[in-house]
Amino acid sequence: MLAKRIIPCLDVKDGQTVKGINFLNLQYAGDPVSLAARYSEEGADEIVFLDITATNEGRDTMRNVVEKVAKQVFIPLTVGGGIRTLEDIRNILLAGADKASLNTAAVNNPEIIAQASKAFGSQCIVIAIDAKREPDDWYVYINAGQKKTDIKVLDWVKQVEQLGAGEILLTSMDADGTQKGFDLELTKHVSLNTNLPVIASGGAGPVMEHFKDVFEQGAADAALAASIFHYNTVKIKELKNYLNKNNIQVRGE
Amino acid sequence: MAIITILDYGAGNLKSVTNILEVLNCEYTVTDKKEDIINAEKLILPGQGHFGQFMEALNKKDLSTCLVEKIKSGIPFLGICLGIQVLFEESEEAPGIKGLGIFKGKCVRFTQGKVPQIGWNKLQTTANNSVLTEDYVYFVNSYHVVPEDKSIVSAYASYNVDFVASLEHKNIFAFQFHPEKSGKVGYGFLKNFMQL
Repeated sequence: MLAKRIIPCLDVKDGQTVKGINFLNLQYAGDPVSLAARYSEEGADEIVFLDITATNEGRDTMRNVVEKVAKQVFIPLTVGGGIRTLEDIRNILLAGADKASLNTAAVNNPEIIAQASKAFGSQCIVIAIDAKREPDDWYVYINAGQKKTDIKVLDWVKQVEQLGAGEILLTSMDADGTQKGFDLELTKHVSLNTNLPVIASGGAGPVMEHFKDVFEQGAADAALAASIFHYNTVKIKELKNYLNKNNIQVRGE
Repeated sequence: MAIITILDYGAGNLKSVTNILEVLNCEYTVTDKKEDIINAEKLILPGQGHFGQFMEALNKKDLSTCLVEKIKSGIPFLGICLGIQVLFEESEEAPGIKGLGIFKGKCVRFTQGKVPQIGWNKLQTTANNSVLTEDYVYFVNSYHVVPEDKSIVSAYASYNVDFVASLEHKNIFAFQFHPEKSGKVGYGFLKNFMQL
């Protein structure tokens, strides 16, 4: 049986890992290469790098980071943030990433999903969706959550699936930063209505039950978190032991 | 140790394979040239992408025949992901396009669950296995092989159905999963292959 995945996410700015809430009060938190190696050692199933650099020079630095990580960490690596063109995807894959994650660029130009999955294979193309609940439904937000669109989340999921996306990285803007648990309703709503694997993101707190809930009730295929792993309030190894004891299949060493 | 020849048919990203070979201290050459295939002492065929495009690329470079001869010659051979699938006669992914046909059988698409299968799945090894252990390894696949001769299977995994995760026959090793992305476990499998 396929194991549920635990995915730590590293926010990277100008080649350094940063910690902060909602991109405010950013603090440098060390070298992403050694942090990625540590996560891999602790049993992470995959690592996501979110590049929050604003400049082109910074993006070159991101490629260097991925290159270094890929030389010593032999688990899947995903890079997102600021990826806009086929050329951006090619560069990050050549640096050693296994998947590229697209968000705003895909909403603005859905055709890039078809082009990218044709050029590099669906398995490389992750579509990141920032979702927020409105009275009638969940809607897609772009530009790092700053701009609302009139696209309903499930409509978008179905469209990207048709265009050849390989996976969905679903962030609940309502749950993100609250540490009160994943958005079970949203995750389930998407996961049960798509044939693509869904990575749930946003809301994980220092409570291991949050992960159990998102797999059992949210039907997530993978769960992503950042700060609880950074701050070591939840240790990946202990989390996996806990999930195993609760009959949720995860990869152990 | 023999130099590893990695066949680059032009569609896959080989970086993760070469990265891990470097950590293993293996000398390797990446090539799409016929004479390099003919002279290979140990061959790796990594692959991701589309069965049809892979075979077309191979045929266009006129590599299919020499590749089949080389694999049959008895040198250690390792196929990865698409590299296991093209050893068979055909695939549902590309009807009408012939594979290398080293083994009888075909590749079929998963009919249940989310497709592609993405993630870590546990190997169940058979008696016909000499390099694997029953651990989790990383898969990304929509299709899997169905050999006519089940005795070549060295491990199964389960994704709603039991499917062939790897096979072993004389000098031929082939994994449906990605050993180069399977952490320490995959590193160990590659090391075992290198020592053959």
